[in-house]
Amino acid sequence: MSDCEDYILQMRHIDMFFPAVKALKDVSFNLKKGEIISLMGENGAGKSTLVKVLTGVYHKTNGEIIFDGNKIEPTTPLASQKMGISTVYQEVNLCANLSVAENIYIGREPRNSIGGIDWPTMQKNASKLLFDSLGIDIDVTKELNFYPVAMQQMIAIARAIDTKCKILILDEPTSSLSDAETQRLFKIMRSLKEQGISIIFISHFLEQIYTICDRITILRDGSYIGEYEIENLPKIELISKMMGKEVKDGEIESDVEKSKPRANNYIETSHVTVPGKVKDLTLDIKEGEVVGFAGLLGSGRSEIAETLFGTMLKSSGDIYVEGVKVSIKSPMDMMKHKVAFCPEDRKVQGIIGDLSVRENIILALQAKMGMFSHISRARQNKLADYYIDLLRIKVSDREQLIKNLSGGNQQKVIIARWLATQPSLLILDEPTRGIDVGTKTEIENLAVTLAKEKGMSVVFISGEMGEMVRTCSRVMVIRDHVKVTELNDDEISTAHIMQAIAGDYHGKSV
Amino acid sequence: MVNLFRSFFKSSLALPLMALFVLLMFNAFFVDDFFKIEVMENGNLYGRPVDILYRASSLIILSLGMTFVIATGGIDISVGAVVAISSATCCVLLGGDISGIPAHPFFVAILCSLGVGILAGIWNGTLVAKFKIQAMVATLILMTAGRGIAQLMTDGQIITVYYKPFAYIGGNIPGVMLPTAMLIAIVMVALVIFIDRKTSIGLMIQSVGINATAARYAGIKVTAVLFAVYIFSGFCAGCAGLIEGSLIRAADANNAGLNMEMDAILAVTLGGTLMVGGRYYIGGTIIGAITIQTLTTTMYAVGVSSDRLPAVKAIVILMIIVIQSEKFKQMYQDFKAKRLNHDAHKEAENA
Repeated sequence: MSDCEDYILQMRHIDMFFPAVKALKDVSFNLKKGEIISLMGENGAGKSTLVKVLTGVYHKTNGEIIFDGNKIEPTTPLASQKMGISTVYQEVNLCANLSVAENIYIGREPRNSIGGIDWPTMQKNASKLLFDSLGIDIDVTKELNFYPVAMQQMIAIARAIDTKCKILILDEPTSSLSDAETQRLFKIMRSLKEQGISIIFISHFLEQIYTICDRITILRDGSYIGEYEIENLPKIELISKMMGKEVKDGEIESDVEKSKPRANNYIETSHVTVPGKVKDLTLDIKEGEVVGFAGLLGSGRSEIAETLFGTMLKSSGDIYVEGVKVSIKSPMDMMKHKVAFCPEDRKVQGIIGDLSVRENIILALQAKMGMFSHISRARQNKLADYYIDLLRIKVSDREQLIKNLSGGNQQKVIIARWLATQPSLLILDEPTRGIDVGTKTEIENLAVTLAKEKGMSVVFISGEMGEMVRTCSRVMVIRDHVKVTELNDDEISTAHIMQAIAGDYHGKSV
Repeated sequence: MVNLFRSFFKSSLALPLMALFVLLMFNAFFVDDFFKIEVMENGNLYGRPVDILYRASSLIILSLGMTFVIATGGIDISVGAVVAISSATCCVLLGGDISGIPAHPFFVAILCSLGVGILAGIWNGTLVAKFKIQAMVATLILMTAGRGIAQLMTDGQIITVYYKPFAYIGGNIPGVMLPTAMLIAIVMVALVIFIDRKTSIGLMIQSVGINATAARYAGIKVTAVLFAVYIFSGFCAGCAGLIEGSLIRAADANNAGLNMEMDAILAVTLGGTLMVGGRYYIGGTIIGAITIQTLTTTMYAVGVSSDRLPAVKAIVILMIIVIQSEKFKQMYQDFKAKRLNHDAHKEAENA
């Protein structure tokens, strides 16, 4: 057991229950002294839960945590911080209107002889700390929000490592940083590593993980998948492990008759950028075409959809509908251009829970017509009944509150809401998440049928590769907010999409 | 008949109506001639029920505006102060000339008072919808500043208006049976019912109140909807200000509409609309407002002095609100279920 000595932290057989949900199932996690490890998994895999168990935010149900040779029971974030486990969260959680020095020493200010705060010492220490550990030379008496977010992040790290920390947890620290700033952060991480500090680095950016980390621990659906040395784990395997799908080479799934795109483009974008969300996007979607956006969660696939719908506004670039340049200020502008969008988060962005199925169905159409062109109750009833029938929505009657329906039926109501507006481009963002298999197939078929029969353009976004393989005539692969490649017709297979996400696939023909 | 009865008890109006009914029954027993309505010599109707509706008019109008605001998940606590500004505007424009000759034409004064109300609504709407300030905080500004503004307008004096037609708003127009305030309230109620039935503003308001994010994703202009409800609330306060000013024929910046915002909020909640926003009940609000006024009138009629009135009012309203609460309904259901169980057991034992 000489191995044991190297480990600063061992978490063994951790179980964690939320009411009615098992969030962590027998998860193990080992961290060596002076290494950088990445905790990987899709959203909801249990990464944050595990970190929160370690930092005492949540309390584990079973299992043991051995830190620095002793068994510990983290009870509060403060307690674990005192033991030497510090966390820097994605959103900088410092006080923007306090000075840098105050932020670093808040709660543990140096005192002078009469018990007041010793300001000169505090400022001197803060400057010294920032310069010695991170090589940063700034005015520590300035308010925190005087400095850019990247600097604030550094200050948060400085604060974390000054509390005699042995383990530093960085939760998505780079999502708001530029490339240069990220490089600087990496340099700091390496120097911390040399000082013997162990770092848990959580990030969605594969490239960064392969640049900086020594090992990877993978979680999926709250379960432990494995621990890997970074050089022994190709990206493609990492992705397949995160998603829980084996990648067999050359596998092409059977085709259901897909829609044949028509000749003309319905919508085009040229060099569209949304700061921090979408980078230099150029794409076109044809009439009667089902296009898939593939990518990991957080890759920017939903953001592209939101940009096309107008809930997210571009800072540069142009969008054309049927060849005509359009200006977008709100979703209504795109709705007038016959764009419809079923958002990713059904509960938050989709349903209006306390309204009836009827009201939820007519809502977008009514908004589009304006509030003074009231749709008569008779026509509302007719519309609602038509779509309830068409999409086979299971309701007791059209006046049932939507919140009382099952997830799949709620999703159908949202789709009905948009079909009622007679769209030419229908964007479905994760339309099948969390719904039963039967309904899933129905929605997939619906997407294809709408494209085939009505010539509708459909954007289909899903984390399930198989779904896109079955429905899409073209798949655009998104990584780190950039469209990296497109797959056409026969190229579309689970294996190819995954390879493309990992950056290992560069098209069939060169 | 039984079905009708059942559907009544399930409807949203059941509890507010029952509360009012109980109050009226109390009156019928303890106050002599409570329901007696007679026609006075000058042709006006007179009697306690008329009096209640008459006194409730400005509260009903305020509560209508408040209903929409609360349905969006907001609140407008400035309406009482806006009542003061509106009535001051009208009185200042008419002037305190003892000869009864108005300084400006009457209709100009009326339009300006209503306009001031709308202006106040635009102010609140801008803060809430555009600058995303919490409604309570945003409207608190005008609530505190409003009376100061009214004071400035009247120079700190109570301006008494001698112009006769001004009194018609708070009293009766000669030859008309019903008090003018009641007529104005009826017109406003009709307007709101029209808006509710014939436009889809109601749907938009409720959508914003239930889930503003989803509403935005459905293409609803959330900012515009919020803006609209605060403007309408301001307009309603303007109307109520005219009535309140006319009642005393004077601009009293300190007391006009004092605490009326609280009564309006209470009327809305008594009517069944939840403070978190969402579904609203216009009928419930109106009944709520009438209930509050009935309560006041009843208390006076049975001889509760005005300084003890708030305490008694608070107790009665507490009871009504507790009975309406979900928790209480749940407890009642459980109680009923238990009794049924108990009965069933007994029957089983007997058999």
